[in-house]
Formats: sequence, structure tokens, C-alpha cells
Amino acid sequence: MHFIRQVTTAHSSIITERSNVSSMIKQRCLLPLLSGRSGSCRLCETFTPAPAKDQFQEELVIRPLHSGDIYASFQFRTLWDTDFLQEGQKKVSHYRLFPKSLGQVLSKFSVQELHISFTQGFWRTMQWGQPFIPSPPGAELWVWFHHTVSDVDGNWKELTNVLSGIFCASLNFIDMTNTVQPSASFKPLGLGNATDHRFLRYATLPREIVCTENLTPWKKLLPCGSKAGLAVLMKSEKLFHSSFHSQAVHIRPICQDEQCTSKAWELRQTLNVVFDHYTSGQGKKEWSLFKMFSRTLTEACPLASSSKVYVDITDNPELSPATPLLSQAVVLGDRRTYSVYDLTRAETFGQLRSFNLLLRWKGDNMLRPLLHAERYVAGFGLQTGEIHTVIYNNHPYRAFPVLLMDSVPWYLQLYIHTLTVTSKSRDNKPSYIHYQPAKDRHRPHLLEMLIQLPPHSMTEVTVQFERALLKWTEYTPDPNHGFYVGSSVISALVPSMVAMSTNFTQDQPLFSSFVPVKEESSYFVRVYTEPLLVNLPTPDFSMPYNVICLTCTVVAVGYGSFYNLLTRTFQVDEPSPPLAKRLANFIRRIRGVPLLA
Amino acid sequence: MDYYNLMRIFAFIHLLVSIPHGYSNYVETKAGQFFSSGHTNNWAVLVCTSRFWFNYRHVANTLSVYRSVKRLGIPDSHIVLMLADDMACNYRNPKPATVFSHKNMELNVYGDDVEVDYRGYEVTVENFLRVLTGRLPPSTPRSKRLLSDDRSNILIYLTGHGGNGFLKFQDSEEISNMELADAFEQMWQKRRYNELLFIIDTCQGASMYERFYSPNLMALASSQVGEDSLSHQPDLAIGVHLMDKYTFYLLEFLEEVHPASQANMNDLFKVCPQSQCVSTPGHRTDLFQRDPGSVLITDFFGSVRKVEITKDTINLTSPVEPPIQRSGSGDIQIESLTYVDQLPVAEIIHQKPKQKDWHPPDGFILGLWTLILLVFFQTYGIKHLKHIF
Repeated sequence: MHFIRQVTTAHSSIITERSNVSSMIKQRCLLPLLSGRSGSCRLCETFTPAPAKDQFQEELVIRPLHSGDIYASFQFRTLWDTDFLQEGQKKVSHYRLFPKSLGQVLSKFSVQELHISFTQGFWRTMQWGQPFIPSPPGAELWVWFHHTVSDVDGNWKELTNVLSGIFCASLNFIDMTNTVQPSASFKPLGLGNATDHRFLRYATLPREIVCTENLTPWKKLLPCGSKAGLAVLMKSEKLFHSSFHSQAVHIRPICQDEQCTSKAWELRQTLNVVFDHYTSGQGKKEWSLFKMFSRTLTEACPLASSSKVYVDITDNPELSPATPLLSQAVVLGDRRTYSVYDLTRAETFGQLRSFNLLLRWKGDNMLRPLLHAERYVAGFGLQTGEIHTVIYNNHPYRAFPVLLMDSVPWYLQLYIHTLTVTSKSRDNKPSYIHYQPAKDRHRPHLLEMLIQLPPHSMTEVTVQFERALLKWTEYTPDPNHGFYVGSSVISALVPSMVAMSTNFTQDQPLFSSFVPVKEESSYFVRVYTEPLLVNLPTPDFSMPYNVICLTCTVVAVGYGSFYNLLTRTFQVDEPSPPLAKRLANFIRRIRGVPLLA
Repeated sequence: MDYYNLMRIFAFIHLLVSIPHGYSNYVETKAGQFFSSGHTNNWAVLVCTSRFWFNYRHVANTLSVYRSVKRLGIPDSHIVLMLADDMACNYRNPKPATVFSHKNMELNVYGDDVEVDYRGYEVTVENFLRVLTGRLPPSTPRSKRLLSDDRSNILIYLTGHGGNGFLKFQDSEEISNMELADAFEQMWQKRRYNELLFIIDTCQGASMYERFYSPNLMALASSQVGEDSLSHQPDLAIGVHLMDKYTFYLLEFLEEVHPASQANMNDLFKVCPQSQCVSTPGHRTDLFQRDPGSVLITDFFGSVRKVEITKDTINLTSPVEPPIQRSGSGDIQIESLTYVDQLPVAEIIHQKPKQKDWHPPDGFILGLWTLILLVFFQTYGIKHLKHIF
């Protein structure tokens, strides 16, 4: 259930379609004014713009976490009623709010859905709860291609290269050795009826670094850039000085309206960040927008139809400036109350034309997450090891199934006959297993299992592996750092304590409308485990000189002695006599007398 | 007196006439200078070849040159920036998303608007040479390519650890001076540059430009053969040396340059004399056709556009018609679309196993069957075959 309670009779601030058109006319009219034509807007009279079919919404959700950290989630959504993939149509060439670089990528590679995320840090589910939009450490990319594509692998390869150029990331390292085709996980989050998994590709790069060079092109995709609206808060020096930072782009087709008769394309850019001011020295559970971002908000993005800030006040913190607007939303199985600040209204900014929130809170009881998971490597030495994945079900009386997907690189050779799944110290047989073995240097392992988790239990999945010895050219320049194994993905429909709403309305806040809800009693959640770092047997690359010396010495000593043994002959050699004796012999020779010895 | 006055008036009129003539001469010579350099666009390839946290200074070197080059006008699309490791968001950096060049953290050269084209493991000798010669795989995006033509002035800056005749890439491979000279010759043969300025800040850097043999190359190095290039100052909070001496003084010099400045290459050769740098910076101009004194700094470090001013009016064409609206869907049957079930348990359990592709039988299977057939025919003989079939 979702409703807005308004104490005052302020009218809604959603800018209507009409004003969108008028703002577009204003933009068009700048052109003749700049070229020096005086008088009326002649260009506008001859050119009647098509009614704007795209809209942009931005929102920021701030939620204080019980460990003292602050979770801030930015979401920017562009909704566009057009069809990139329609055949026989004139190619889309006029882009307004939707970024042209992404639009061209979608139409060239016939992409149905695209999800890409860059994350620095690991989301700690036990301390922070569930995120609105989960993401694994490093880079993750999964794409559903349109069913008309004939060469999915070729499109995938080119798509990763193009995206690596757009986002300044080394996504070109995604190739056949780390791409998998999940058979049951990662169903499309948007509209679609054909779910043939031949058109799905999933890859993750756990080693990928996220820094300002990835944030810069991400910010440039926004209609207002980083100059107006909520994006002015995104200063990299503060954003990367955090416990968790994740930026993502999600593109999918969704229903345009409630009847759902036509499709619209949705582009969501999300940025989740967790600041740890409490642990990093401040010690007080008090923060402000200025303290977190070193900026305050001065205006909403003029191209946005709605621009809102939501603050989670379920634990009754002190909030200033106070706002009469309150909103309740059920998200992730929990009903929470939010204070809403509408940035499109001038009174939010007050006298100083700047908006800075101040919040103090004390509450520290947190809803324990119903599902969370851990993963670690056990064993010793550089030959064998064991991967343990532990999944916790904290629901007191309900059991529910989870789908575990593991993608292990080929150089960890899994022994699937040693795979065990135990819950409460008893064997738990999965109802569905899909295993695709790895091919050396060609394909990674893919293991998908549907496991029923008993209530209030811990389930452990173990599998043994052996480490492979790579060819010496395949090692990275820093092989002693180790090799990464991507996170496991656990997808589940967790039973919800609170009824979820299945209606899709346009007024819903963005953070609660990401995952489509099909039934009221459960919500869909995706949990990522830690990535693993394993050491492979590494040769010592810094010893060639020493090895050559040693080898040459051994060869010289061994071969030299052998050669001498075979070819050396001994001759008796008399020493030359001393000078006195030589003189005596000389005189004796003259006299003709026998010589001395 | 009249004659004298007449002479005066005559001289005055002559002066009046000659001033505009002199002025137009001045304008012409200025215009001539304006078009004398012969290039129309600028590119920069900036490479840091060192990995690991203690080589922070090499990344700071490259980023300071990047910053100057961007400030003087070269856009990101014309800069290929290659950083072999990430220092800004390194977990050992006490101030994330910053790379400082001065101690006491005065100048953050990383900034808020940086686009790195090749990073981490992508910075290899092969990729560097491919970028220079243009032989990249077809799916490489534009931001990773050096799309220069025969009217481009290119600035190439390399920094890292080097020795006599080589430069080390990422602690695992090397590029030799002969390879670099050959790459430049390939670029000349393919007409990929008009003039090229090569700057290198490594130990024994002068050895890297000894072997160049293509025309229109100018090279600068931070030290001669047999000398080491030294680092400038450590920062106690960050714990590493922040910059190398040569690039530090180069940055100081470039901070004074603005897009309209007339500083030329002779000033650049004087940057960091031995008293400041301890090593002796060297330069090589014998392959360069113009006199270095007439080459402006902004010819390589900036992107000064040549603008033609015209007084003619240009008529704008009438605007493009908006695309025809999609035909109304009145008569097409409207079926409502639905979202897909995220975890359809029943469907998953009853999923049919994927049809595996049929492969022809393996060698082992064929051998096994051959053995069975051989034994069979040996036992029973071929003449009994007609009784069986």
C-alpha cells in the first residue's frame, strides 16, 4: 500500500506535459536569438515540435543504518516512448533526454535489456540490511538480446568493447573465458514473453576498479549533467571516501501505463553509497547533506518532471528542516515511513536558496535480514582447496527456495562429485541442478542449483577444487596478488511480513518500483556473496639471471669434469734443475764427463 | 618657408598613407605566422608504465601533463591516457579520488573530470604500439584510438622506470628504443603525424630517442645516458614520493603558459637545468625541420584552432520535417504485456535439459567399435554374414 499524506493543501508539483513542451520551445528559441535575428521567434512558427514523449525523474533516498552509517541512494530515470528495435521504421535519430550514446548501442546490437554496475566495496547485509539495488564488487554486466539476433556471441563481444569506451572501464577483458549463460537466474526485469536463455549473457570482472574516471562519463549521461539537480552532490572526493560505492545503469522496456498496452524504454541510473562518518572518527550519529557531500542543493534539474528527496524516518530521528509531506512505502518486505522534500517547489529551498538537511538519530534496532550469505575458501597449500558457500535463512517458520548461481573460472578445476549441500547437518538435495563444466581457456564452470532452505537454518554448499598451473604468458603482471573468483548470486522470493502492492503506478517512488512485483506475499531479492581471492601456483618470475648462472655453473662443472676424464693424459715432466747444477752440468759437458742427475 | 611647409605637409601626408600600408603589412605577417605551423589538429598520447603503490609519482607525472594539456585546449576525445595502475582509488591512498603533485596536498591533478582510456592490465607494449600505428581490432571504441592524420601535431609523453635503451612496462615487459623508432617510422610512412614531440621522464631517458630516424620529430628527455632521473619530494601523510623532478618543473613551467602565449621550444629546453634537476635534461632537434625558436609551446600542448572570419551572410536551410508519427493502433488488437516471473520455481524444476549439440563420435569410441567388429568377424567369419542378415 502506498499513499501520500499532505497536511497542507499545497497542490501537486508534477510538471505537466504542457510545460515540458513549453520548456522545449524555450530551448529551440535560443537558436534564432543567438544568431542575431531580432523580433519574434520565427523558427518556432515554422517548426512545430512533436509532443515530448520522454520524461525524466530524479530522487535521492537517505536511510540511516543501525550501525551508524548512512545509506544514500540516487536514482535517475528517463522514460521514453519509442521503439529502438522496431524494424522497417526510420531509425531513431532525435534524442532529447535519453543519451544518444546508449540509444545507438541499443539499436545497433538489438539489446532488449542491459544491466551494468560498477562497485567498490562489499555490501554488508548483516549490518546494513538489504540494498535497494544489489550489486557485486567489481564490474557486472548482463544483457538480454532481442530474439531476432542471429549471432549473440559476436554482438556480445562488440557490445563489451563499446561499453568499455563509453564508461572508461576495461570491459574488453570480458570474453568467452568469463561469460556464462545462466539457465534459470537473471530473468528479464522488464517486459518480455520469450525467455529463451540462449539470448542471455552474464559476465563479471571482480578485479575492476571504480574511480572518478568511471563516474565522469556516467554523470555525462544525465540530462542535466552534474550542473543542476541532485547530481551536483556527486563530488568524487566524497563519494569514493566511503565504505561502499556502486553506480549502475539499467535499461529495460516497461509498461507505459497501468493497462500495459504499449512499451516504453526506461533508463535508470543508480548510485548507491554508504558513508561511515560514525566509525571514521565523528562518533556521533549526526550528519547533514553538507557533511556528506560537501555541497548543498540549490535547484532541481529544470528538465526533470519530479525531483524529490526521501528520508527514512521510521526510527524517529530528529530532522530539520521539517516537512509536512510524509510517505509510506513497502519496500523489501518492510513498511517504512519517509519524509518527502519536493525540490521542484521553491519553498523547499527557503530564504537562502539552498537546501541542507540535518538529521540526528539514536535508534539501533534493525530488522534482521531474512536471507544472507557468505562464501570462503578452505584448505591449505597451492594444490587443492574447498569453496564453502553458507546461506542463512532467518525466517522463524517459513521455508523458501533459493537459486544459487556460481560461475568459477576454468583454472579452479571443480570436482563436482564432491559437491555437498547440507542444512541443519542433514543432506539437502536440490530440486534442480544445472552444471556446465569448464573447458580449459575457453569457458568457465557454471553451477546453478535450486535449494529449499528450511526455516531458521544455515545451509552449507561445499565443493572441492584443484588449482591449475597456467602458462607463463597467462599470468598477470602482479601474479602474487592472487586471482579473483566472481561472487555467487543467490536469487530468492522471500516471504514478506507486510503485503506488497502489485499495482504499478507512475507516482510510485523509484526505489520501490525497480523489481516488478507479481504476488503480494513475497518479494524478490538478489544477494551477492564475497568474491574469492585464490593464489595459484606461481613461478618465480624474477629469477632468470640466477637460474642461468646456476645452470651454467652446473653444466660447466659436470660437463667439464667429464670431458677432462675422457681426454686428459698425464705426462711426466722433470722439473728444471737449479742454477748451480745447470752450471756444473754445462762444465761437465765441455769436459766430456757424465752429467749429474 | 613655404617650401619648408610644403615639405612638411608632404612628409605628413606620406606618413599618413604609409601607416595603414604598414599596418596591413603587419597584419599580413601576423596572419602568415598564424598559418605557418601547418597543423590543423592536436593529439596527445600520455603513458604511465609503472604499477604498484610506490610508483605513485609516475601516475602523478602523467596526470600533471594531462591536466596541462586539457587546460590548454586539447579535448578528451583527442587524448589517449594510459595509466598502468590506479593510485587515486587505491586502498592505500589516505585521500581517495585524489592524486597530488605538491606536498601539503596543494594541487590535485586527478581532478573531477578525467577520462582514462587504457588502465590497469591494458597498458602493455603491444597496446601502446597498436595505438601509435593504428592497427587496432575493429571493435575498439573511438576513445581508445589515435585517429590522427597528416596534419596532426602529436605530443607523446612516457614516464616510468627505464634504462639504457629500454623502458619497462608494468614490471613484466620492456620496449626498446629501436621498437619505438620503428613505430614512429611506421607512423611517418602512413602519414599519421605532421610533427611529433616526444617527452620522456625516466632514468637514462636520452637513450630512448637516440635511434629515431623519421623526419619532423623533436625529443626531450629528463636525463642523459648513465644518469638517473630523481624524484622530487615525498609527502609524509601519503608516504610516497609525489612527483619526479623534471616533470615537477615542467608542470611549473606549463602552469604559466596560456592558450595565447608565445613561449617557444627554446624555453622548454631550459626547463629544469642541472642545478634543479641534478640530472642533465637532453633534447634532440636534428630531425625537426623548423627552427625550435619558432615553434610555439601551444603547437603541441594546446589546441589552438585556426579560425577564418568571414563577412558574408549564410542562409540557414529550412528545418527538417519531424518524423511521421506511427500509425494509430486503433485496429490492431491490443494485448496487454506482462512482466516475467523472476523466480518461477515450478517452471525451473520441470525445465527440460538443454539439447546438447550432436558431435560425431570421438576417436576412442570409433576405436572401440572397430575392435568389437574385428573380434566379431574373426570369431564368426565373413561367410556366415549372410545367415545373420
